[in-house]
Amino acid sequence: MSTVLLGMPGLPPASPRGTGNLRGDEAFPDAARSALGNAQLRRNIAHATTTIRGKRAAVVGELPHWEQLREAGRQLKSHTMAHLDEYLVQLEAAVTARGGVVHWARDAAEANRIVTELVRATGSDEVVKVKSMATQEIGLNEHLEAEGIAAVETDLAELIVQLGHDKPSHILVPAIHRNRTEIREIFLREMGDAPADLTDEPSALAAAARRHLRRKFLSARVAVSGANFAVAETGTLSVVESEGNGRMCLTLPQTLITVMGIEKVVPRVQDLEVFLQLLPRSSTGERMNPYTSMWTGVTPGDGPQEFHLVLLDNGRTRVLADEHGRDALNCIRCSACLNVCPVYERTGGHAYGSVYPGPIGAVLSPQLTGVEDNASLPYASSLCGACYDACPVKIDIPSMLVHLRAEHVEEHRRQSRTPAVESVVMRTLSWVMGHPRRWTAAARMGRLGRLLRGRRGTIGALPGPVVGGWTSARDLPAPPTQTFRDWWRGQEDQK
Amino acid sequence: MSSPDAGSAREEVLGRIRQAHTAAAPQPWPYDDIDRGYREPERATALTGEALVELLVDRLVDYKAVVHRCAADAVGETVAARLAGRGARRVVVPVGLDPSWRTAEVEWLTDEPALTVDQLDGADAVVTGSAVTVALTGTIVLDAGPDQGRRALTLVPDHHVCVVREEDVVHGVGEALTRLDTGRPLTWISGPSATSDIELSRVEGVHGPRLLDVVLVGS
Repeated sequence: MSTVLLGMPGLPPASPRGTGNLRGDEAFPDAARSALGNAQLRRNIAHATTTIRGKRAAVVGELPHWEQLREAGRQLKSHTMAHLDEYLVQLEAAVTARGGVVHWARDAAEANRIVTELVRATGSDEVVKVKSMATQEIGLNEHLEAEGIAAVETDLAELIVQLGHDKPSHILVPAIHRNRTEIREIFLREMGDAPADLTDEPSALAAAARRHLRRKFLSARVAVSGANFAVAETGTLSVVESEGNGRMCLTLPQTLITVMGIEKVVPRVQDLEVFLQLLPRSSTGERMNPYTSMWTGVTPGDGPQEFHLVLLDNGRTRVLADEHGRDALNCIRCSACLNVCPVYERTGGHAYGSVYPGPIGAVLSPQLTGVEDNASLPYASSLCGACYDACPVKIDIPSMLVHLRAEHVEEHRRQSRTPAVESVVMRTLSWVMGHPRRWTAAARMGRLGRLLRGRRGTIGALPGPVVGGWTSARDLPAPPTQTFRDWWRGQEDQK
Repeated sequence: MSSPDAGSAREEVLGRIRQAHTAAAPQPWPYDDIDRGYREPERATALTGEALVELLVDRLVDYKAVVHRCAADAVGETVAARLAGRGARRVVVPVGLDPSWRTAEVEWLTDEPALTVDQLDGADAVVTGSAVTVALTGTIVLDAGPDQGRRALTLVPDHHVCVVREEDVVHGVGEALTRLDTGRPLTWISGPSATSDIELSRVEGVHGPRLLDVVLVGS
């Protein structure tokens, strides 16, 4: 297989089409419109994001050195990406030295194939899973299912999504779009062993999940996990979680398969002091999450005696090749940017199509797939900058969105012989604004727009290809009866 | 290993990284130049002595652990009281636990030979020591040492009585990492098992132990 044939000359290939969950079925504006029509969804997400914003602000405020930590996190990630090949080779050697087996996967399909073969080799037809974005990204569950292997999600939110035949809508809490009443209904309908008198108290729902999964944990032979961090110098892997389902999967089965994006490597153990402070405070708004597991290869007599690490590219090297976009690889998947985003808060995560929703998804997904496959996502933002402020590793998401929009426009220009409407409009506007008389005449003509105003005194959706597209999501104020210049002249005349 | 061109996948991914670096040269950023400016304010605000222990107690209680302070010669009776208070009768212990800590009148299940998962599931509680504890975050770290045992022991039983010695308490996460050997399996525990998955509010008690009693031993 040759890279040159797959991608643009000189660039690594994007994540191939056909496998995985990086592409949605419809463009963001269309998907957002149906999401906005769902009042329950908007209420649920507004409630959850408001809660978490308050908690995050409180625990971040407790640390006097928060800004220095963010800067260190950014620099550590930038350093690692600049030496990514060296650190991956070092990680591989360290994991292998401790009895683990390292596999490399160019893309989603290859990673799925590797995991399937590893599970087959154990003779098991069922795996328990720790919540992992990488396995969501590659569509591992769907693939295993098709190969006759049941994948049981054990994270509470993932379980809610799986039982509800639903899709995840948030990086940290995939079932954020469901409230307690809906969760109770899903459990009663789908769980099989939910008590008939189950209430919608969160503690009762958590207890039902505990009972439901207990046997699975105690009898599982194979587990599949992701990883939050992998330390190159020691080969130590780390999973950060809350419920103990992660510990169950990482400890009790005989075989553990970890699928990890190549960007998750960190140079040294001591670097975890930065990320273990940044991550929990940014994600669940806790000083520390209830459980963090760290393991290095295989430990005789303790935990899985067979350990496989699958290192996944799937478009990441393509992102690395873009100097304006590669900081998206620095993401530690905390989801703070989702929780502060005014767009995410209203549309929820499904509208983004990809498993990576919200601001980080709007920059990561189009880069992993190539911008033409997620062309509407860079526009799914008001560029307010709240995401940049909240990001624990200071990813400048707004600048990246603008860069991707430019790339999309450029791509469109390359592929089409007729100029884009926006560029014609801009050129005309520059001609009009280039001379006072032309501008005065145009401004006076603009008053004709008053004829279009609706009952609320604003101009709503208009017909037509260009104007229609522009006004479909925007209300314009009706122009005033008098232009500013005419008003000014009147003031002068009165003197 | 698992596919015929597995070796070439490795070479290709590494090749793509170098290709990316060629297409857009990364800014050189030597490891030693990484700004560790967070360490100084961390050091400057670090507490010691009784203030450090009080911070730890505050953080543990905030995340719903129950804390009992006692003198070094009273660990056995404090542990016994915690077990009795929860009605525990079958109690798991790692082989290396200090014998003076296990004076309670219960059935002790020593992990030698290794207890089965079902035996662990049938136990009411587990008593262990601990490696390091971070006061700032209320986090107890287990490193599978002789007084803590393998990871499953502190995972399957629903009630964990964890003995923390005050001399093992540090202020921040960084200090804890310098004291730990990541070659050993590590479990960082902050309160009992919990979830934020329902409406992003924290609820205690999912798959891990739902009760965490911390016995804090004075030095």
